[in-house]
Amino acid sequence: MLEIKNLHVKLEDEDKQILKGLDLKVEAGKVHAIMGPNGSGKSTLSYVLSGRDGYEVTEGSATLDGEDLLELDPEERAALGVFLAFQYPVEIPGVGNMTFLRTAVNSQRKARGEEEMSAAEFLKMVRAKAKELKIDADMLKRPVNVGFSGGEKKRNEILQMAMLEPKMCILDETDSGLDVDAMKLVADGVNALRDEGRGFLVITHYQRLLDHIKPDVVHILANGRIVKTGGPELALEVENNGYAGILAEVA
Amino acid sequence: MALADVKQTATEARLAALTLPEGGCLETARHAALSRVQTMGLPGRRDEYWKYTRPDTLTAAEVSKATVFATDEEPMFNEFDRLRVVFVDGVFDPEASDDLSLEGVTIDRIADICGKDIHWAKDLYGVLEARGQNPVERPLAALNTAFAQDGVAIHVTGKPSKPINLVYVHSDEMSDAILHHVIRVESGAEVTILENGPAASRFNKCMEIDVADTGKLHLVRAQGRDHERRAATHMFARLGTESVFKSFTLTVNGVLTRNEAVIELLGDDAIAHIAGACVGDGDFHHDDTVFITHDAVNCESRQVFKKVLRNGATGVFQGKILVKEGAQKTDGYQISQSLLLDDDSQFLAKPELEIYADDVICSHGSTTGAIDEEALFYLRSRGVPTGEATDLLTLAFLAEAVDEVEDPEIAASIVARLEGWLSRRR
Repeated sequence: MLEIKNLHVKLEDEDKQILKGLDLKVEAGKVHAIMGPNGSGKSTLSYVLSGRDGYEVTEGSATLDGEDLLELDPEERAALGVFLAFQYPVEIPGVGNMTFLRTAVNSQRKARGEEEMSAAEFLKMVRAKAKELKIDADMLKRPVNVGFSGGEKKRNEILQMAMLEPKMCILDETDSGLDVDAMKLVADGVNALRDEGRGFLVITHYQRLLDHIKPDVVHILANGRIVKTGGPELALEVENNGYAGILAEVA
Repeated sequence: MALADVKQTATEARLAALTLPEGGCLETARHAALSRVQTMGLPGRRDEYWKYTRPDTLTAAEVSKATVFATDEEPMFNEFDRLRVVFVDGVFDPEASDDLSLEGVTIDRIADICGKDIHWAKDLYGVLEARGQNPVERPLAALNTAFAQDGVAIHVTGKPSKPINLVYVHSDEMSDAILHHVIRVESGAEVTILENGPAASRFNKCMEIDVADTGKLHLVRAQGRDHERRAATHMFARLGTESVFKSFTLTVNGVLTRNEAVIELLGDDAIAHIAGACVGDGDFHHDDTVFITHDAVNCESRQVFKKVLRNGATGVFQGKILVKEGAQKTDGYQISQSLLLDDDSQFLAKPELEIYADDVICSHGSTTGAIDEEALFYLRSRGVPTGEATDLLTLAFLAEAVDEVEDPEIAASIVARLEGWLSRRR
């Protein structure tokens, strides 16, 4: 599904190489986790895949089902099925959450040449999904993320994911700022979306999120490259010994 | 003090091109206004109050040509049941207007009142305008009082079943219209007045509004879309105890617009909200100049002005809150914001507070900014194309001003117009 080959990325504004030949393949139906120390390039990877400005790809490729992602605008990537759950979801005063969700769903449908969702159909779907994530009617009415707690923002990200039904979900430190209960709720939301046709890339610092979202494969990202790949046990190793041990081992 | 020569010459030239209507009960007011104009002189470039807006095309003896905007869109407010009072190039058109009789309100033509010896409007016509000349001179308003060819006197004594819609049609590309309306809302009465249309190539409009104790007036106007039209408008409002006056103005296009609002809160617990949303593209200069005086206890005033500017458009805001001695428990709020969609547009703001009471809440803010790139990326990452996402954020920016329109259906109609304007420019 998602295939990244020899990806080199630098910051546009400064001469700083962040990703230095990253290779990664996420198959449909699988959950891959990326762990790594601060500054290893985890968030850069998520932004480059979703098309944020400010990064320059100097070498390599990233494709989704064979389609070159790097050539596309963010909205085109979204319509193809890429979804990034933001580490820091953005507040948008003046735009109602419902309006936002409906515009997003229908923009993607339009881009794919599908029929737009009717207001009734949309309302029914959003209510059902919101209920599962314990998102109340008030949160749906309020402007996007404005005045939301950390947990509410993350739940709102998962709600968007559930509504947009993407093929490839990238979760950027979705566990940050969450208490144990909120993390469980978010993880349940993600697990409900696990599907044979859908791939997940879960970026995290800590192993604890992976207790709830069980990964099939765990990668360690350090200094812009994947330095080690293994099963869920790799996450436990990080938890117990920190990154230092692993990094020393591969150096 | 004698006027500077340049000003004197310009004022004389403009006055020479106009004819003062003679006779009737408004004659004294007209003569008094004429002498005010002669004393003040018409605004010039060096006047502090006109620092950000060039008045020359508004004061010139000759009108500049303005092409009539051709559109097959439904006229504004067409979806509402309303009583239409139509003016074509500044002249009342009885054929195009509805029957002016409506329960709870009487509507008379200023041109008809002029021929009468007695009319209630005599006590209002030119009175609030004259009061509003202090502490800042507004010569174009005095000019209006003196020379207005037409307009209506609206006396609201009850709660009319539908809004009154003043429709300003522009048909002659060299038209120069001066309209003067007086409105009195009696105690316990309530009315909605809608205004729309460009009115003329050059439009000078003055509206004097007297809201008695517990009276309520909602004013919503949409200034016409003709690109080359010019307008100088004034509203002078006097508010009694527990009265409410809410005004919202939508401006799309127009090469030059100066909207002045002069509001006096004279009775305790009165409420005045003055809001505006404007969108301009290219040759567009829009000026909101507001002066709110708190002269009673426990009154509330809000000024909310939002401007979206692109391709070199200019927005101006001059807003003042004056809290007089003894106007305790005043709650004054003022916000003026612009969204610049490119580097060529500009916004000039002069917010002012002058407070002589010690137990008041007054806040003001003014900002200029571009589209929030973070929010734009967030929307795009969810699949919303750049153009649509930008429009969504632009409408969100304007929302605080549009929210000042109390009637949700009218507000929705305004949002629809703004959406249309934005989507045509994607």
